[in-house]
Amino acid sequence: MATYQLTVNGQRRNVDADPSTPLLWVLRDDLKLTGTKYGCGISLCGACTVHLDGIATRSCVVPVSMIGDRSVVTIEAMAQDPVGRVVQDAWVAADVVQCGYCQSGQIMSAIALLKQIPKPTDTNIEESMGGNICRCGTYVRIREAIKAASQQLK
Amino acid sequence: MRHLTIGTLLIVTALATWVLPSRALGQANAGKTATRTSQADGLSAWQQMYSVLTHPRCINCHTATSYPQQGDDRHHHFANVVRGPEGKGVPGLNCATCHQEANASTGVPGGHNWHLAPLSMAWQDGNDKPLSSVAICTAITDRSKNHNLDGPGLLKHHEEEALVLWAWQPGDRLDGSHRAVPPLSHDEFVAATRRWVEAGTPCPKM
Repeated sequence: MATYQLTVNGQRRNVDADPSTPLLWVLRDDLKLTGTKYGCGISLCGACTVHLDGIATRSCVVPVSMIGDRSVVTIEAMAQDPVGRVVQDAWVAADVVQCGYCQSGQIMSAIALLKQIPKPTDTNIEESMGGNICRCGTYVRIREAIKAASQQLK
Repeated sequence: MRHLTIGTLLIVTALATWVLPSRALGQANAGKTATRTSQADGLSAWQQMYSVLTHPRCINCHTATSYPQQGDDRHHHFANVVRGPEGKGVPGLNCATCHQEANASTGVPGGHNWHLAPLSMAWQDGNDKPLSSVAICTAITDRSKNHNLDGPGLLKHHEEEALVLWAWQPGDRLDGSHRAVPPLSHDEFVAATRRWVEAGTPCPKM
């Protein structure tokens, strides 16, 4: 076990964990931030996506020992984020969610896309969202919501 | 005795007049032979290097396409991952989305600054077929395509670049099996590169 100082959603948090513990479980079990979901555990589905220094990252494959001083941002902080707020509103307006399990990961990837490319093309959306799997098949509505959010962004 | 001495002197003199130029000529020829040997050795070293450069651990990221490859069968990367403008994927699906600084126990490979080689360093064609030995050698020695690396620069790249080193520490797949490594050890690869550089980075002819 070791102690790690993490910056999570803008707050400094101390965590005692085995160095190999994936960030996902530190967030969920230690910090009780359960909005980030466990899907596959091997970086194949995208349900566990968070932002590390702004880069959409699969938290299930990042050991806590490798976080360093990178800023961790989770779905819990998105309601206070200018782009995050717009995306979440668009998600609600388009009624994207079915079972909802993958959606926090979908939204985190969509926000990462829109922060870099505020006016994405269909190709941009396909390329950026290709790693987020939805078993309910909400892809069409996800695309609509991203486009709707894009229209709200400058 | 005197006759013998004079005769011996004549013979010695004759030998000297023949041997000295011959030795000088021999030295010159030896130089030419050394150059030829060095070229041949350099070309032999290049072929060894070529066997590494076209191994999946290397060529999967030296693609000529808009996507990386993975696996020993060099298939299209999972999830339709794309190259992106800087060879690091696109926002929302960067290389660093999954590939961290080290191999993960989950089977996801990792290394420092995981990214694709630029298209100018593609070692395969648009159909994912490895380029010929001549074509790769020509490309790798073209400083307009290789980040302006000269021979020593290429040697340093092969010796120290984190993602080159990764090819010999590729980690295990999810099922616990080992990823294949290139046909030479890293030491052998570096030694071959050094011989090739010392020979003047020769390339095979068409």
